[in-house]
Amino acid sequence: MKRARIKEKIYQGIFTVLAFASLVFLVGIVIVLFKEGLPIFKRVSISQFLFGQNWYPTYSTPEFGILPLILASVWVTLGAVIVCVPLGVGSALYLHELAGHKQRTILKPLVELLASIPSVVYGFFGMVILTPFLQNLFHLPTGLTALNASLILGIMATPTVCSLADDALSYVPKSFREASFAVGANRWQTLTQVVIPAAGSGISTAIILGMSRAIGETMTVLMVSGGAAVIPHSYLEPVRPMTAAIAAEMGEAPMGGDHYHALFAIALVLFLTTFVFNIVAEFISRRFRIKLGLSG
Amino acid sequence: MDKRTKIKAENVDFFYGKTHALKNINLKFYENQVTAIIGPSGCGKSTFIRLLNRMNELVPHTNLTGKILLDGADIFDASVDAVEVRKRVGMVFQKPNPFPKSIFDNISYGLTVNGVKDKNFIDDKVEESLKKAALWQEVKDRLHESALKLSGGQQQRLCIARTLAVESETILFDEPCASLDPISTAKIEELILELKKDYTIVIVTHNMQQAARVSDYTAFFLMGELIEFGKTQEIFTAPKDDKTEAYITGRFG
Repeated sequence: MKRARIKEKIYQGIFTVLAFASLVFLVGIVIVLFKEGLPIFKRVSISQFLFGQNWYPTYSTPEFGILPLILASVWVTLGAVIVCVPLGVGSALYLHELAGHKQRTILKPLVELLASIPSVVYGFFGMVILTPFLQNLFHLPTGLTALNASLILGIMATPTVCSLADDALSYVPKSFREASFAVGANRWQTLTQVVIPAAGSGISTAIILGMSRAIGETMTVLMVSGGAAVIPHSYLEPVRPMTAAIAAEMGEAPMGGDHYHALFAIALVLFLTTFVFNIVAEFISRRFRIKLGLSG
Repeated sequence: MDKRTKIKAENVDFFYGKTHALKNINLKFYENQVTAIIGPSGCGKSTFIRLLNRMNELVPHTNLTGKILLDGADIFDASVDAVEVRKRVGMVFQKPNPFPKSIFDNISYGLTVNGVKDKNFIDDKVEESLKKAALWQEVKDRLHESALKLSGGQQQRLCIARTLAVESETILFDEPCASLDPISTAKIEELILELKKDYTIVIVTHNMQQAARVSDYTAFFLMGELIEFGKTQEIFTAPKDDKTEAYITGRFG
């Protein structure tokens, strides 16, 4: 009897440690980000850093304005959203509402398979196929542009959006649909007036998490966005999003130098952005579950 | 007195995949009468009632043979639109299922999806339906609050009002009181007796006292078969079939 109790205690201990491990990692990462990122603000003010228009980290008189990088990330992410929302939400609606059982069992794993393709493969696809195509289509000096990155990121974020939107739709109780059909509504009315509003906040969560996936993606944007750290004026120009800047420059930035600290500060900005996205998504999805009468 | 037949099931067989859920059902529902369908769990009574407004079509891999005649016309005929059938044959479900919308919108929904645009008409109809469902007094000052704030019994009456608003001729109740307390149950039963003046009513119930209290006719289902059908009074006092007697006296089920 006593041995069983001790065993139970040990298991409890092991799982508690494991559960707290991810918290420890998170806190560790945050501490490092702040510790390595904050020193840059001894050189430049926060507003100079965030809104400075020149990113010249390696000049003899370096400038550390990351506005071009932020805008590049914003542009590319918004572009990706324009691609992944119709694709992801549309395919979720199709899978959930219109597809027969057979189509669903084939299509759903295929959509999920999209998520398992390594990002370098997407990047490769963008460089080899999309780049020459865009270059010819728009007669550009280079096909490595914000548009290219948006398209590829949009496709990459589609499975995330689709999966989560599909979940949101399946949380809508069957009884809502039945009630709607029972008063003589057709399928389209049921979908647009009952199911989608009921799943609405769940679908927004899906979109926000898709955005968060797009904004944090690195390898692909590094390969296809073109890498120019200037404020973009059109989707047909090369850009350098924050993730690409960190990945490309970290190797050559002398450790402990201003450039090094600046890159960490960029990482901090990225982290805070995705953090906010995730909090907002969590908040919305909690409200969503309460609204549908599911437990919070 | 000869009563007019509103709905008639003719040789109905129904399959879920390979399961033979309903076996050669022949049954009539008379106009402005309450017919109760009783039987133990899994006897096919809910399955059967869902055929009457074609709700079965929402479930894949099912198969139906035989006819269901509404005013003499087969509702499963290829030329008939399920949406039209459901307008005429309303349904109230086991668990109250209001939409996550306001009280008002829950009722106006059935009107707007059927193409009603006249705002005054909708306002009147909402009020009239809530009055008929004996809910108006309780909600008239908060029509624009979420329907999910209502109690279970109020929600169920709201669902009844929603059905009344689309002017159906028949209302199917699928164990409407299964999740309600006795007071709410009594209110719903009272309402059913009131509504029978204007509607043909079919009620599936687990509760035999309820069947005895509200219905004029009773059908007893067992293992997918219709065992006995007749006037409620006769079924409960002098059942012809031994199985019916065994069930209503509580020996099984």
